[in-house]
Amino acid sequence: MVDVSQAAQVANKWRKKRGSLIMALHEIQGVKGYIDWQDAMDVAMGMDIPLARIYEVLTFYNFFKLEAPGKAVISVCTGTACYLKGNDKVLEKFKQELGIEEGESTPDKMFHLQSVRCVGCCGLAPVCVVNGKTYGRVTPDDVPVILNEWRKTFEEN
Amino acid sequence: MVKLKIDNMEVEVEAGTSILDAARKVQINIPTLCKHPDVDPSAGCGLCIVKVNGRIIRSCCTPVAEGMEVVTNDSELRETRKTVLELILSNHPNDCLKCARNGQCELQEMASGLGVDRDEIEKIVAESELDDSTQSIVLDPAKCIVCGRCVDICQNVQNVWALSYLNRGLVTKITGANDAKLADTPCIKCGQCAVHCPTGAIVEYDETQKVWDMIKDKETVTVVQIAPAVRVALGEEFGYEFGANLTEKIYAALRRVGFDKVFDTNFGADLTIIEEATEFVKRFTNNDNLPMFTSCCPAWVDYIEKYYPEHLPNLSSCKSPHQMVGALAKTYYAQKMGLDASKVKVISIMPCTAKKWEVRRHESMSSSGYQDVDVVLTTRELAKMIRQSGINFKALASEPADSPLGEYSGAATIFGVTGGVMTAALRTAYFYITGKELGQLNFEVIEGLEAVKVAEVDINGAKVRIAVVNGVGNVEEVMENIKTAQEAGEELPYHFIEVMACPGGCISGGGQPKVMMQCMEKPWGITDEIRKLRSKGLNVEDEQAKNRLSHHNESIKKLYDEFLGEAGGHKSHELLHTKYRQRNVYK
Repeated sequence: MVDVSQAAQVANKWRKKRGSLIMALHEIQGVKGYIDWQDAMDVAMGMDIPLARIYEVLTFYNFFKLEAPGKAVISVCTGTACYLKGNDKVLEKFKQELGIEEGESTPDKMFHLQSVRCVGCCGLAPVCVVNGKTYGRVTPDDVPVILNEWRKTFEEN
Repeated sequence: MVKLKIDNMEVEVEAGTSILDAARKVQINIPTLCKHPDVDPSAGCGLCIVKVNGRIIRSCCTPVAEGMEVVTNDSELRETRKTVLELILSNHPNDCLKCARNGQCELQEMASGLGVDRDEIEKIVAESELDDSTQSIVLDPAKCIVCGRCVDICQNVQNVWALSYLNRGLVTKITGANDAKLADTPCIKCGQCAVHCPTGAIVEYDETQKVWDMIKDKETVTVVQIAPAVRVALGEEFGYEFGANLTEKIYAALRRVGFDKVFDTNFGADLTIIEEATEFVKRFTNNDNLPMFTSCCPAWVDYIEKYYPEHLPNLSSCKSPHQMVGALAKTYYAQKMGLDASKVKVISIMPCTAKKWEVRRHESMSSSGYQDVDVVLTTRELAKMIRQSGINFKALASEPADSPLGEYSGAATIFGVTGGVMTAALRTAYFYITGKELGQLNFEVIEGLEAVKVAEVDINGAKVRIAVVNGVGNVEEVMENIKTAQEAGEELPYHFIEVMACPGGCISGGGQPKVMMQCMEKPWGITDEIRKLRSKGLNVEDEQAKNRLSHHNESIKKLYDEFLGEAGGHKSHELLHTKYRQRNVYK
């Protein structure tokens, strides 16, 4: 059997449907966690869309990741409530502690930092979510604590 | 038709016209940096604001309406435009004095036109790396104002898709997919991005210093040649009207600049026709690898090698005219004059940035034992060298080209305009098949700026179906028609196809002048109006030429007698023909 990549299979599935590039990219990232050059190439070939257009879309929406993200994905909410309650300072603290910018992963691939708009629990503002676990009323001082908690979790496993 | 008032003047325009275009009808020049007649409006720069019912809107993308009252000029609009421009300039380096576009830059012109007289907004110029990977065009993201013209041209007009937007908002950058260097993208080096860029962000790869060094070296014999389209465009750089044909003044200027021998690519064009018409007649008669595509446009060659490799056998094997001249200068001419070929350097002045790439495209481009053409300069670079030399161009007397690679026919000169190569080839092919000359030397249906022009020519009862593709972005339709016919086992829709990558042909190539004749009158440097004027300059020369047929060029006949033997023969194939290879769209 010919080895067909997941991206190529997804591309083939969506190829006949106009305007479905974003759906295809969602599906690939949903399984793999990110979309690399080869995936983008497979989509370009499979859906007959110029690679340049695919990267325009991939880099326009910050949801899409071009590299494997860190194991713990930290989402800092910068929706209105969280922002007003000071989550900008929390985000700043994460950047400082990890030495990375938004949308980047640490070189050891342990953490990935991103900001998101409203996770739907404004009563707990400011809110951060790490791999599905929600932290409410976060302050910059909590940041090292949260990071150490996850470092410990990874060490134990 | 829609009637409206612009600054209290009555205007009547077609429905759907933008306010910006309507204003031009009454000689009002609304400033803009992103709008260009060759692309759709993108509302990118924000300079074209006007007031309608007191509300400020962008005029490039707002269509006129019946009874509309537009104000284009009041103190609020002037101040707002100035601020918008200052914001654009705050991300643009103050490098004008050493920029390739100095004096011919729309952004610079705008700053002066809108009266920018301060530099108060904090400058933030993103750090970026210059991309000169193609050695044909150079992309400097620092000078880019993200107007989007080049992206639109590259994607939607040329259908190349090398340039694209990366990221969004403040950090938007124009570059290849995933920030790839242009040499690693589908870029065909046509340079249409460069002629449409309103700043110095995309310019030609400057090789003038290399040529100065060659001229300086006393042992080197510098041989220069000019392409057809150069003669009707260079004048714009020195205050001539669009389309002025200045062939013999240019010869004089080239001698003053310091070149040893002045030849003409038009000689090569006549030679190309002899070889190409011979090839076509043979292929048509034997039904061999039809349809045949012309091969003189290097950007088209690059495109077909990347996008349609299955059609490579359909490309004519003929080299482009300047490559033929290069190969002959280092063999035939060097031998005739008793010159050491290693000391002969060939410099081609071309309307084209892709020609800079062509000279190293394939090993057959070094058929003389040396690289056949050493350096390609664009028309713009020649203008620079003439200025550097302190030559008063307008005062130059006419001079003839040197012999023997200088004589040319009218058929050669129309190589520079869409439909010209096909016309020239048909004149000679007709003669080869029938032994008679065509009664009517022009084919009106294949002239002009339409996307794809088709015709059927009767040659001795044989119906030759031809197509002329004006701009590589229009080739897809022709390719689809061929594929459909082939798959259905039907007769081919065409036998002979001319493709020129740049809209209008070489006359509006990527290396042509981009001079703004007084902001008001001709603000863009290249438009269909300018394409028509430059084309006319070449067509008139053809119509008035004593000889309009390549096969009656006496120097060419002599060349075959003395050196090449027969057209399409062994020696021709060695020196004047080439091969192609499939190329990856991305590295």
